[in-house]
Amino acid sequence: MAENKKIMPPEMKERLRQEFNQEWRKELRKSVPAKERMKSKRQKMPERAAELRNKDFVEVNLGLNAEQAQEEARRCLDCANPQCVMGCPVGIDIPTFIKLIEIGDFEKSVRKIKETNSLPSVCGRVCPQEAQCESMCNLKKAIGVPVAIGNLERFAADYENSAGKTFIPKIPKPTGHKVAILGAGPAGLTVAGELAKKGHKVTIFEALHVAGGVLAYGIPEFRLPKSILLSEMAYLEKLGVEFRMNFVVGMTASMDDLREDGYCAFFIGTGAGLPNFMRIPGENLIGVYSANEYLTRVNLMKAYLFPEYDTPVFPGKRAAVFGGGNVAMDSVRTAKRLGAETAAIIYRRSRAEMPAREEEVHHAEEEGIEFHFLTAPIRFIGDDNHHLKAMECLKMELGEPDSSGRRRPVPIEGSEFIEEIDLAVVSIGNSPNPLISQVTPGLKVGKWGNVEVDWDTMETSIKGVYAGGDIIRGGATVILAMGDARVAAGEIEKYLESLDNGS
Amino acid sequence: MAQILQRKRLVPNIHLLEVHAPEIAKKCRPGQFVIVMPDEKGERIPLTISDWDPGRGSVSAVFMVVGTSTHKLSLLEAGDELPVYVGPLGMPSEIKNYGRVLCAGGCFGIGAVYPVARALREAGNEVITLLDVKANYLLYWEDKFRKLSDKFFVSSRDSAYNCKDYIPRVLKDIIRQEDLDRVYAVGCTYLIYTCAEATRPKGVKTVVSLNPIMVDGTGMCGACRVTVDGKTKFACVDGPDFDGHQIDWQELFARRKSYFEDEIHSLKAWEKESYP
Repeated sequence: MAENKKIMPPEMKERLRQEFNQEWRKELRKSVPAKERMKSKRQKMPERAAELRNKDFVEVNLGLNAEQAQEEARRCLDCANPQCVMGCPVGIDIPTFIKLIEIGDFEKSVRKIKETNSLPSVCGRVCPQEAQCESMCNLKKAIGVPVAIGNLERFAADYENSAGKTFIPKIPKPTGHKVAILGAGPAGLTVAGELAKKGHKVTIFEALHVAGGVLAYGIPEFRLPKSILLSEMAYLEKLGVEFRMNFVVGMTASMDDLREDGYCAFFIGTGAGLPNFMRIPGENLIGVYSANEYLTRVNLMKAYLFPEYDTPVFPGKRAAVFGGGNVAMDSVRTAKRLGAETAAIIYRRSRAEMPAREEEVHHAEEEGIEFHFLTAPIRFIGDDNHHLKAMECLKMELGEPDSSGRRRPVPIEGSEFIEEIDLAVVSIGNSPNPLISQVTPGLKVGKWGNVEVDWDTMETSIKGVYAGGDIIRGGATVILAMGDARVAAGEIEKYLESLDNGS
Repeated sequence: MAQILQRKRLVPNIHLLEVHAPEIAKKCRPGQFVIVMPDEKGERIPLTISDWDPGRGSVSAVFMVVGTSTHKLSLLEAGDELPVYVGPLGMPSEIKNYGRVLCAGGCFGIGAVYPVARALREAGNEVITLLDVKANYLLYWEDKFRKLSDKFFVSSRDSAYNCKDYIPRVLKDIIRQEDLDRVYAVGCTYLIYTCAEATRPKGVKTVVSLNPIMVDGTGMCGACRVTVDGKTKFACVDGPDFDGHQIDWQELFARRKSYFEDEIHSLKAWEKESYP
C-alpha cells in the first residue's frame, strides 16, 4: 500500500506558502497571539440525544453553527509548517480554509477546500480525521487537543449547500477528450470532478440506480444524509459530468466498446463489492446477512420505510454484528434503530484493536449497543424453517502480534457457549469487485483480486486505464479512495495531453 | 430511465415486458437476466431475458404477477419509464452441440427457456420441448416453440394436450423412451427441483436456471447465495445456471420464502392504497 509521503512536495509547499504570506493572514496572526488561541476549548459537535436518535434515521451530528465554527477556527495557530495538510490524502490547504472561516468568509473557505476536494460535505462527515489531519495538528502536539478540522470542513460545505449558491468554477473550452469513469463512488466522483474542471467530457457509468457507491448503499442516513449526496451530485452535473446509471461496464458494454464510442481514457473505481463471509456452518440461514446486503436494503432500497418502499429487511429482536470496523458500527446501529431489543458487536479481538473510528464506537455505546470482545462465532444454528435462532461462540485471548501488528486472537479451549439471536450481520470486510477484471483481457490483478496499478501514477497494466480506491486496496476508506483518485486525475490529464501532442 | 415499448398480458397472470434497451439488446445472450425496478419505491427484481432484437433495440422478459413489484409492472404501459432496467447480468447459458437436449419450462419459465432452446437448436442439437401449464389456456408461445422443437410436449392438468400429468412424471416417461444428453429447466423453484429429481436416477445432466431473491444482481450483496456441491455460490454472478443435481434444494426453498410475510404485508398495503 502507498504511504503518505513524509516530505511535503514542493508544489504543495509553494501553494501553501503563497496563501500563508497574504497580508490578511499576517494581520490575523498578529491580532490574536498563539497563547491566547491555545486557551480556548475545542467546540463540541452538537448531536441529538442518544435515546431519541437510536429510534430513527435522522442525522446524529447537527453541525457547528457559524459562531461555534469561528470560535473553533480561532484555535488554529496558522502554523508556518502546517503538518495537518500532510495528513490529508487529498492535500487540502487546511490553514487557509480555517482562517477564512475565522474571518467569516465562508464562501471563499469552501471554495478553497473544493480546489482539492470535490466532496467536502461528505469528507467532513465520514473521514477519520483523528487519524489523519487532526493527528498531525501542531495544537495536538502542544496541548493534546487538535483543531476540529473535520467539523470545520463540514461546516463550510454545509454553509454553501444551505445557502444554495454553489460556486461553479469557470470551465475551460471543451478539449474534445472523452473519459469514462467506472463506478460512481468516492474515487470515481473525484476523478470526474477534477477532469470536468479541465474541460474534458466525463461520463460516469454506474451499475446501481443511485450515484455515490458506498456513500449511497453503505453509509446510513443517520451518518450521511442522502440529501447531502444529492447536492454533491448536482454540483458535479453542473461541472458537466454525465451520469449513466444502470450501466455495468463489462456487461452492458465492454471497455473496448466504450473505446469505439470515443472514450480514450478510463478510470476504474468499482470498489470492494464482494462481501467476505466467515465460512462457518449455518451462514446461509435466513436472518444472516452480509453487511453489504443489510445496509443496501436499508439505505439504498429504503427498507426502513417499508412498506412505503417495497424492499423488506428483517428487523431482528436480538441482533449480532460480527466485526469491529465502521461498517460493523453502521450495521449494529441500524439494527438498533430498526427495533432490536439487543444489538451487539461480536469482535474477536479487544477494543484496542477495533478499526472503527472512536467517534462511531462512542456513538454506538451511547445508543445502547453492547460490545462482546474476544468472542468469535463458530456456527449459526437454525430452526426447522431454516431461520436463524442462535449462534455458538468461542472466547478468545490475545496472543502474539500478527502481520497487521495487532495481537492475534487465540481461542480458549472449552469456552464454547450458545446465545440466542435472530439477526446476524457479517461485517468482516469486502474484497475487490471481480467483475471488471474477469471480463477485461489484459487487466492484471493481484493475489486478492485487486486491480494492480503503478502506485505513482495509478495506471493499470492497460495503457490509458487507471484505477483507484477499494478496487486496488481491498476495503479501505473513502478519503484514501479520493486520494488515489486525485493522483489518477492528474496522470490522466498528462496522458490526455500526450495524446494531443501525438506521442 | 428505460422506456417500455410493450407490456401485454400473455395469459392470465403472466405478462410480456418489452423495453427499449439498445445496449443490452446488443450484448445479451441466452440465460442472462435483467434487474428491474417498477418505480422509485419498488424492489429490484431479476427477470430472465426471453428475447431481444438488436435492430429494434429492445429486450423482452416474461414475468408472473406475484408480489408488489410485479403487480406494479403489470399495470405499466408502452411509453412508461422504468427507473431501473440493468443488464445483461449473470453468466450466459452454456450452449454447445450436446446431441439431444430437452428444454423444460413452466409459467414465466416458458418465456425464459425460449432463447436457450433456440440457441441449442441453432448449435445443432435435437431439441425436445416440454412445457408445463396448469390448464390449456395458460400456454403461450406455442407456435414459437413448435417451430424450433423436434418434439413438443405440454404437461397439463387438463386433457387438452398430449400429457395430462405433472411435469416430473412426463419427464420420466420421456427419459424412458429417449436417450437424453442434457436437460435444461427454467421456472418456479418447485418445477426445476422436480425436473432435477426426475433426471437424477438416470444421471442425465440437468442444468437449472435459478431465480433466488436478489438485490443488486452484480455480486455485491450475497442475497442470492445458494449452496452448490457444498460450496456457497452467488446465483447472480456465478449463475443463474447450475447443475440441478448439486443444489441444496431445501435451503433454496427456504431462502426463496425469506420474506413471505413481508411480501404479503407489502402487497396488502399497496392494494389498500391502489384500490381504496
